[in-house]
Amino acid sequence: MALRELSSLEKYLGLKKPNKYSTQGDKKIPVLQNNNGPPLVGLVTIACHLVKEAKRPELLGDSAESRAVVQQWLEFRVTRLDSYSKEDIKTILKDLNAYLQDKVYMAGNQFTLADTLIYYGIHPLIVDLAIQEKEQYVNVTRWFNHIQHYPGIRHHLPPVVVLRNRIYTSRHH
Amino acid sequence: MKLFVSEGNPHCLKVLAAVEVTGVHCEAQYVSHEEKVVPFLSRPALPALLLPNGQHLFSSNAICRYMFEVSGVESTELCNQWLEWEATDLQPALLQALHMTVLQGKGSEVSKVIQGPLNYLVQSLSKINTPYLTGEAVSVADVVLWAALYPILLDSGVALGEHKSFKLWFDRVNGMHACQTAAQKVLQGKGHECMKSYMQRQPAPQISQCRDMQPSNSTPAEADEGERLVSEEEIEAAALTWNKGLSPQATERKHPILPQEGKRNILLTSALPYVNNVPHLGNIIGCVLSADVFSRYGRLRGWNLLFVCGTDEYGTATENKAREEGLTPQQICDKYHAVHSSIYKWFQIDFDFFGRTTTEKQTEIAQDIFWRLHKNDFLVEDTVEQLCCENCKRFLADRFVEGICPHCSYPEARGDQCDKCGRLINAVELKEPQCKVCRQTPVIRTSKHLFLDLPKLESQLEQWLDKSTSGGDWTPNAKQITRSWLRDGLKPRCITRDLHWGTPVPHPDFKEKVFYVWFDAPIGYLSITANYTDKWEKWWKNPQQVELYNFMAKDNVPFHSVVFPCSLLGAQDNYTLVNHLVATEYLNYEDTKFSKSRGVGVFGDMAKDTGIPSDVWRFYLLYVRPEGQDSAFSWADMAMKNNSELLNNLGNFINRAGMFVMKFFEGCVPVMDLQHEDKRLLALVGWELQQYIQLMDKVKIRDALKHILNISRHGNQYIQVNEPWKKIKGGDTERQRAGTVTGVSVNIACLLSVMLLPYMPTVSQTIRDQLNAPQSCINTMLQGTGTFVCALSAGHRVGTVSPLFQKLEADQIEALKKKFGGQQLEDELPQKKKTAQNAASAQPVTVPVPAAAEVTTVNGVDSEKAKQLTQAVAEQGDKVRALKAQKAEKAVITAEVAKLLDLKKQLAVAEGKSPEPAPQKSKKK
Repeated sequence: MALRELSSLEKYLGLKKPNKYSTQGDKKIPVLQNNNGPPLVGLVTIACHLVKEAKRPELLGDSAESRAVVQQWLEFRVTRLDSYSKEDIKTILKDLNAYLQDKVYMAGNQFTLADTLIYYGIHPLIVDLAIQEKEQYVNVTRWFNHIQHYPGIRHHLPPVVVLRNRIYTSRHH
Repeated sequence: MKLFVSEGNPHCLKVLAAVEVTGVHCEAQYVSHEEKVVPFLSRPALPALLLPNGQHLFSSNAICRYMFEVSGVESTELCNQWLEWEATDLQPALLQALHMTVLQGKGSEVSKVIQGPLNYLVQSLSKINTPYLTGEAVSVADVVLWAALYPILLDSGVALGEHKSFKLWFDRVNGMHACQTAAQKVLQGKGHECMKSYMQRQPAPQISQCRDMQPSNSTPAEADEGERLVSEEEIEAAALTWNKGLSPQATERKHPILPQEGKRNILLTSALPYVNNVPHLGNIIGCVLSADVFSRYGRLRGWNLLFVCGTDEYGTATENKAREEGLTPQQICDKYHAVHSSIYKWFQIDFDFFGRTTTEKQTEIAQDIFWRLHKNDFLVEDTVEQLCCENCKRFLADRFVEGICPHCSYPEARGDQCDKCGRLINAVELKEPQCKVCRQTPVIRTSKHLFLDLPKLESQLEQWLDKSTSGGDWTPNAKQITRSWLRDGLKPRCITRDLHWGTPVPHPDFKEKVFYVWFDAPIGYLSITANYTDKWEKWWKNPQQVELYNFMAKDNVPFHSVVFPCSLLGAQDNYTLVNHLVATEYLNYEDTKFSKSRGVGVFGDMAKDTGIPSDVWRFYLLYVRPEGQDSAFSWADMAMKNNSELLNNLGNFINRAGMFVMKFFEGCVPVMDLQHEDKRLLALVGWELQQYIQLMDKVKIRDALKHILNISRHGNQYIQVNEPWKKIKGGDTERQRAGTVTGVSVNIACLLSVMLLPYMPTVSQTIRDQLNAPQSCINTMLQGTGTFVCALSAGHRVGTVSPLFQKLEADQIEALKKKFGGQQLEDELPQKKKTAQNAASAQPVTVPVPAAAEVTTVNGVDSEKAKQLTQAVAEQGDKVRALKAQKAEKAVITAEVAKLLDLKKQLAVAEGKSPEPAPQKSKKK
């Protein structure tokens, strides 16, 4: 999963040469073999590295404050969205919904890497929401729909329909 | 900038140390653990930092990094990596360790929990030769890792002495004044005690949470294959039973069957087959046949049992079929209901009542349940967007829409699923949607619908499920599927549809709508029973007296274990809910799937044309019943099982036993003088009978069948060893011995006829007819744990004995295999065959699978051309390699590579393969 995300991110960043990745451990943590030094381990670490390589530092935030906020959500992604219980899902969606109430993007008014990785990470949760739940988390849904249509982001993931027409969720027929 | 911390919170150690190390000016405010500082988080999260721009940081690592950045030190990639590792790998282990130390007093066991991540850190430190993790100076990584480890290494049993470089690093950071100050602030010099009140407020860590354990699949039958030793007690007991008399004959079944006081009352249903399809063998074994075997068995056991089933007739598919065949939906249902009835009749499915869902009673009962759910407030209303055809003036069900698949661009994707890529589609996602009937482009319209509020019923359902699954016989797959639905959380489900062919929704706001089939169909069980007897409520509103068995294939489980029980629970009318949910896995056809459209497999109506008797079909399907795992129907295997098990084992034994009575004893059962050896056989047979009953009671139909075959194997061996055909020619003692062996054997044959009854009813009756056995033997043998009595005593006159089974010849089977292996479609539809072949490379999914031997002719392999092309490919390949070695100009190489690829493509075509390159295997997740 993480590897497909990284390759989608490479495409979005317009990196010409695709990197070679491997994984380590049961949790399949991505590893990037780096020519200029020791290998890089971890989704966030590698993603930040790719952003720097593509010379797009603004994607990590354009001030110390926004950089901190971006890093915080990147950490949220790998700690909260990569393993969760049934109860967690409700808390995650509720909190994000409250957070996004007055924001366009995860870090405020600018698109950053946090939007990309949270989008990839939350996709499996959103796919499973019934229309009533999408209504309930309207800010998350709005943000999600916006990001999935953001040019060049979606790549490996199927689009989720946010219209009020999902009689069933995608997983259960 | 304002920092919020709480005393005794280990995470605050990080941020306070970072403040001290960096010297960033920042006001720290001490609050209680429960203080909600970050407005958007539902759980209190500390430490938290209020940034100058008004935003909040709630991640301690992000706060530390920010402190360092403000002080002028940006985090390096290596720092990032350590911080990510700390958050994802170290923290979960530390949380568990702290939980154990602080709350459970199990500090000594902590090293086990943190061993893994700690080793990683120790190893990394031994490889570097700088004083700090990322270089010569202390960085955010050092502070964060020290602060994370400090509370747990504080007077813990984790020995650091042996890890020299780790100890050096830890002591170096720990010795910094800034760190000591922070530690004092957070822990107040009180150690673990100080963290107690914080830890008590945290949810218990869930690291060691196990995934569902797969139950072991081995059955007693498989575990016990070798020769069984019988004890002397068993032998004596078997001999005693042998001499018991027959029970009085059971009374005939009298309809209507109703629950009776003091009896085991069993209501048994088989999943309702959908009316517009001819059922295939997989459908038959999955529900009706399995249910039939169990109901026949149950009657033999003396249970008061009602077996109902019927055709499920409402819904889109019927409307569709009606349109295709130019009939009304009712006419379609009448036509196919008759088809189903005749197929089940041929398979000897002994329903007490085989009804249908398109009846008055269905409307009455479904609407009653609806109003009850409505009254009890378990229905929610919502609007849904749907495609609507303005030309046909109706909302289009998913199957009435076709268009381009949004995922793979397949042009004929259906509104619910794409046949090419198999993905589920929401009808409005289709590109260029078309109404299937008039080919106009539909528009999106909103429509009001009712949803069953499953989340509201979830806790009630779980309570009931706990009871039902622990007390009843649910197959493991049924439990597992149900658990996974509950684990994912229940969603409201729409129960109405914009269709005509269905049970009308009685609510005035939803006129013109009908109930959606999954809500409606299970109610069919009730209405079918109501059409059988007016006293149907004695079965369906009587959970105290009635046990309900549901038989189905596994795809039907959620509707019977979650959705339908929710409808009934919500209706609150003391309904009988399922006690035993018996679900089969899938039966494949010769290792592929049954497919009507591809003409692959045997369908119910074709089985009788094979000339193979219904009983043999039943036997083989039950022998390969997908019990516990998927299984496959195979013609060769069917022939083998018929010839080896039925003909050579079972049939041979029964026939020999009967023939000996006829030939050597003038058709009268001889006097039996039981020796120890005979009694031992009785005990062996009795044990097999006992196993059979235990398995059948648990609905292990396939496993139980093996024990029938074991008995005839014992019998054959017994005859073989005792050679009555020789002894009959000997002296008096020998003749008497021949008589005993023959008498015991013919009685075993009688027992076998009873045990076979659920599986092969005709053969079972034929055996008793040939032996002229008293009818009362059938309700004697299966009493209690098994009662093998001497039903044919000395002097009993047998009838005419003749062979029970016929050999299935190899050429006969070959012919059948050809006929049903996906070829008949081509005979019937020569036109379609051509188009399918032309499209072979583009859409391999829809092409009939040819038998392996025919590949050469079907795909038109041109071996001569292939040879030439292979040569050309090799030459061109050499050329490209040479150019590359010479470092020729890029354009030149590209042109030559293109030629090579083209040649390879031509070769693939000549070899009859798909010219597309083999799809790349997707990388593992």
